[in-house]
Amino acid sequence: MITWPNFVSQLFNGLATGALLALISSGLTIIYGTLGVLNLAHGAMFMLGGYAGYVAFQATGSFVVAVIAGALFLVVVGAALERVVIRRFYDRPPEDQILLTFGIGIVMVELVRFGFGSLSVSVPPPAWAAGVTPMGFLIYPTYRIVVLGIAAVALGTLYIVLYRTRLGLMVRAGIEDSGMVGMLGINVYRVFMMVFGIGAMAAGFAGIVNAPVVSLTPDIGDSILVQTFVVVVIGGVGSFPGAILGGLISGEILSLTSMVDPAYSQVMLFVVMTLVLLLRPQGLLGQRGRA
Amino acid sequence: MERLVSGAPTRRTLLNTGAGLVAAATLPGFLAHGALAAETYPPIGTYPAGSAGDSVFIGISVPRTGTYAVQGEDELKGYLLAIEHINAGDPLIKKISPRTTKGVLGKQLKYGVADSEAKPNTAVQAQSRFISEDKAVLFTGSTSSAVAVALNKLAQREKVVYVTGISGSNDTTGKDCVRYGFRQCFYGQTAAAALAPVLLKTIGRNKKAAYLTPDYTYGHTVQHSMEEFLKREGGWTTVTNQVAPLGAPDYSSYLLNIANSGAEVLLNVNWGHDAVLSIQQAKQFGILAKQQLVIPYQIPFLSKEVGADVMAGVLAATDFWWTLQDKYPLARMFVEAFDKKYGYKPEWGAENAYMSFAMWAEAVERAGTFYPPAVIKAFEAGQHIDSMVGEVWMRAADHQLVRPVVIVRGKKPSAMASPDDFWEVLEVVPGEGLMQKPDAFGCKLGDYT
Repeated sequence: MITWPNFVSQLFNGLATGALLALISSGLTIIYGTLGVLNLAHGAMFMLGGYAGYVAFQATGSFVVAVIAGALFLVVVGAALERVVIRRFYDRPPEDQILLTFGIGIVMVELVRFGFGSLSVSVPPPAWAAGVTPMGFLIYPTYRIVVLGIAAVALGTLYIVLYRTRLGLMVRAGIEDSGMVGMLGINVYRVFMMVFGIGAMAAGFAGIVNAPVVSLTPDIGDSILVQTFVVVVIGGVGSFPGAILGGLISGEILSLTSMVDPAYSQVMLFVVMTLVLLLRPQGLLGQRGRA
Repeated sequence: MERLVSGAPTRRTLLNTGAGLVAAATLPGFLAHGALAAETYPPIGTYPAGSAGDSVFIGISVPRTGTYAVQGEDELKGYLLAIEHINAGDPLIKKISPRTTKGVLGKQLKYGVADSEAKPNTAVQAQSRFISEDKAVLFTGSTSSAVAVALNKLAQREKVVYVTGISGSNDTTGKDCVRYGFRQCFYGQTAAAALAPVLLKTIGRNKKAAYLTPDYTYGHTVQHSMEEFLKREGGWTTVTNQVAPLGAPDYSSYLLNIANSGAEVLLNVNWGHDAVLSIQQAKQFGILAKQQLVIPYQIPFLSKEVGADVMAGVLAATDFWWTLQDKYPLARMFVEAFDKKYGYKPEWGAENAYMSFAMWAEAVERAGTFYPPAVIKAFEAGQHIDSMVGEVWMRAADHQLVRPVVIVRGKKPSAMASPDDFWEVLEVVPGEGLMQKPDAFGCKLGDYT
């Protein structure tokens, strides 16, 4: 159903959806790009952030507190996981790492199901962002517009931390030659722990920010995980700007193709991913050899 | 004597068979329904190994994770209550299956539960294991018609009786019907035939409709049936049909298309969490303020999850709603027993599950044997039995139960008498007039053996 108003609506929706996908994917790509660990628990961490925020919201009634709680809880979970388990797997083959994080994800999902059941729970958007905003011929949920802003700010902050700070420099140096960085008197493992914490935080933050858009169930991370993989593959595995570009492209694919035939919009995502893998295997902004 | 049972005879099978022979010699008329009659049938499927001991096994696969997890758990509770009632000879079971004493043909029911994830492959693997390792005499469970169709085929291939769980597709007892599969619940055709007149009466004629449809057999057939009825009977036109995959994480693009379609009515065929999410997001997009929401195939717990304020005034077709206990004595017995055991009012998934097992127990008791072709013929005899929605019977030609469809309307929060009082029952539409001709959807049942 291609009409001019619908096209503009979908173009904007693609941007908003894409920003959210970029935010969710950023954590996955940060961890892979720096530590080389493909974190299959990322979807579960996304879900866990939503539930942590939900608990905080139930206790305080404040959405801001919920967002902070969702993000902080995942920093702690991520750092603890790195320190106790993940660290022992840096020298193990990738398939071991994948099985490990896959297993951690299952444990997280089932723990949440045990605690909260499978019935969905909701976190409402803050009162000032509830309702719809008329934008000419397009009516759009206000909170989704807010999410666009939140995602932009969050991604910008992450970019500055990774590329413009001393921590970011240590992280990137640690990837290139962790032995040399260690000899320079920097505790590389502490840096790695922080990176895993930040990656997990990005997932948790996205989880609670996304919570008013969807309702939370223990399985919410499953389908998101698949989409985030598509995003990072299109953008370039391990590339932070790639996650942003991949997110936006994916958002637009989902939205725009739905006008032509909605049944094929999800399929098109994978078609584009396949094309990228064929023509530019490292992804649009990825570096050869890193991925 | 070894020839009477498949596989190596154990001490127990020898004793059982011996006991049967003694009983046959001492009890006149025993052959009609007795164990000896069972022993003389040729081996088929898991028969006679599956019923050689003092218990029989049922394989249950329901989604316990994923999009349909909530509905799967409710369904499972219905199965477990039925097993408990059958094993104990509960008065409710005896109302449905008068020959039941304790167990089925005196054998206690044992069971295994697997998580199907609402995926056909997973369900087929789990049930294949129950059949080969546990010699299941019956298997069940689906909360997706894709699973029901796959298990139908497994049943026919393995020659083990299958009763579907929740399955709304016309295909389950239509083009994908099998001799070994039976369905209790309502489906696309009967939902549409029962709901359409109510929609025309309350919403009007010549309306523009938008559909949100999950992309598999259930979604396509239910959407097709609704569209066909509304077009033919009321001149409704379809302005858009938004087909989305099962478990879509976001409905924004589909909903924008619907918002821009000029539709007056939104018929949401999505199910499970997909229905919850798409309705919540439709509200976020301001669509529900402009378009009347209709649920052609009711989803257990939908109102609880979405909220009564959103569902107020929404029309839906369903299998059962607990307030029917005011009309049907069996419904009251069931609701009370279920509420006592699980602490909430049963949804239609649990009712469907309970009835499926009760009807199987009734058929086996009447057949007097677990020999599958005899059980199937007992089902096909079309015995009228009492249920939670009045008298029902199995249609022999396509193995679809002839049963009413219940039309409900969402209550306003202020009109709810209790926290569980979400729906008002508008009509209980008798089933016979709602069904298509048995062969209209291409049903060919296949062989008994």
